[in-house]
Order: sequence, then structure tokens, then C-alpha cells
Amino acid sequence: MHELALMTTVLDAVRESARQMNIARVNRLKLVVGKLTMALPDSLQFAFEVLSQDDLFRGAVLEIEEKDMQCECAHCQHLFKVENGYRFVCPRCGENGAVIVAGRELYIDYYEGE
Amino acid sequence: MKIQLGTSIMGANELLARKNRAVFSEHDLLVANLMSSPGSGKTTILERTIESLKERLSIGVIEGDLYTDQDARRIEGKGVPVVQINTEGACHLDAGMVGRAYQQLVGHELDIVFIENVGNLVCPAEFDLGEDFKTVVISTTEGNDKPLKYPLIFCQATAILVNKIDLLPFTDFCLDKFKDDVASLNPAARVFQVSGRTGEGIEKWCDWLVGEVQRKRKESHRK
Repeated sequence: MHELALMTTVLDAVRESARQMNIARVNRLKLVVGKLTMALPDSLQFAFEVLSQDDLFRGAVLEIEEKDMQCECAHCQHLFKVENGYRFVCPRCGENGAVIVAGRELYIDYYEGE
Repeated sequence: MKIQLGTSIMGANELLARKNRAVFSEHDLLVANLMSSPGSGKTTILERTIESLKERLSIGVIEGDLYTDQDARRIEGKGVPVVQINTEGACHLDAGMVGRAYQQLVGHELDIVFIENVGNLVCPAEFDLGEDFKTVVISTTEGNDKPLKYPLIFCQATAILVNKIDLLPFTDFCLDKFKDDVASLNPAARVFQVSGRTGEGIEKWCDWLVGEVQRKRKESHRK
């Protein structure tokens, strides 16, 4: 999707936090990215490499945790993972109609620095 | 030192979308986010909708395109207030753009605002604008396989308009398969078959819109 714009937002948020916490160097940054979002981990890594050239971020490692798409069946409440095919049909009762409960995450989990 | 943040990356847009939503409710307004690929017929459907609906509802439109005000001019020709947003590169509208554009519609005593999003089945699905519901337009000339190819946007749609229904006999678009696929993603979605060109099905779509305006008003007056 817009990985450069997203990464700019991420680094701005971490930069502000680092300023408040008196952190001069970020070593590690962890993002959580759901598989249903339009943010691709490879592109996020690339965007990070491009944008992390200042003293605060130089040498920092970006870790991305991908979250699978999970649905809860509206009929039998069965929790299931949605794989290829993207059909939200409950594998237990066969009904349509599932609520997406995971896979849309897009947030900064934590960062480490000194 | 480890600092937990839990910061939503889309947080800035989410905040602005919430603000928009609050303003729209305060102004007793129903807002529809109209999305599709380029060329599905959103603007033509809007023209037809306005013709059919303007005796019953006071309508405003926010148009979104990369460049030109061609769509806004078409809507202007139908005699309703319209604001054109030119993103000049952004492939979707965001809540900030819509909030600013809406400022130009305030004071018109509107019942419903249509936001015609940039033609794109991918990114608009990620950007809440503060609307009441999303409508996806898909035309018979695009193929019936789009719901499974673009699950996020079809999951979020309250209404799905199958446009260019007059061209159905000349295509391989399978309505049954399309409806099955939509049902597997989003069984609550209402599917309307319409033709922006002939006007077929537009009345039923407009009746539903009037119902939604009334429903929102009833619910908000109850609070």
C-alpha cells in the first residue's frame, strides 16, 4: 500500500517518544502487521531502510510480526484461520457470515534504545 | 531500555474520521462512501441517483480524483452542491481531506452526502472517512471474480451495486457466482442490480437510501 507514508508515520511517532524518554539511539523497533492490511512486510523493510538514515535510527533492526487473518463464525462462534481463497465460510458448520477478529492490526508494538 | 507503545499507525486518520463522524451526526446527515475501480460508473450512478432522489432528499457530493474537476462539473449540472478534492497523486481519500472538503458544504441543510472516492479497490478500504456506510460499485464488464480478489473492500460494504446490468447478456459475468462469493465474505451486504445508463434499478437503490436516512434520524432522536 503506502509503506513509505506508513513508515514515515512510524518513525515520527518513535522519534517523538524517544525525545520524551531521552533516548538517543534506537536499536530495535517492532511492528505488528495483520495479513489483511495492505501493508507488505518486505516493502515496510525497504521503506525503513530508506528512512532510517539519521543518528537516532542508524543501525536499528526492524522486526515485523505478521498476524494471520482470523474469523469468528456468527453462527457457531468457531474461531478459524482464513487461508488462501479468502472465503469466510466456517469449516465447522459450513455457514457464511464470519466476523474478522484478527488480521487488521497495524501498530507499533515497542522499541528498544538507550 | 524497552518502550511499549501500542500506537496505531493509522491513528491519525482514525482520529480525524471520528471527528468527521461526530460532525456528520451533529448535522443530522447520512454519509455514503462510494468506491469502485476506475470506470465502473460511480459518477453516472450518482447522476441518476440525484435525478431520482432530489425531490425527496437534499443532496451534497464530495468528489475525489487525482486530477481534474470533470466529475464535479457533471454533478454540478444536476443542481446539487459539490466539492472537488484533487489528491494530485494520493490513490485514496482520507479523513482529513474529507473533513476539509465538508466545510464547504456546511450551511446547505443537507440530508445526505455522497463521497465519491478515488477509483481504486485496494487503498480506500483502509481509510475510514467518518462515513455511515461504504458502497462498492462493480460493473458487469469487470468480471464476477472481484469479491474474492479484493476481500477487504467487499467485506466492508453495506451495499454493493452491480452496474451496467443492461450489458449482462453481452458478458460472461455470472450473477449467481458473484452473489455466492459476496455471501461467503459478507452475507449482510445488500446487492442492487442497476444501470447508470438506462436507470434500471436506481429507484430501488434510492428507496433504500431514503430508508437509511430515516433510520439514522430515528435512532439519533431516540438518544
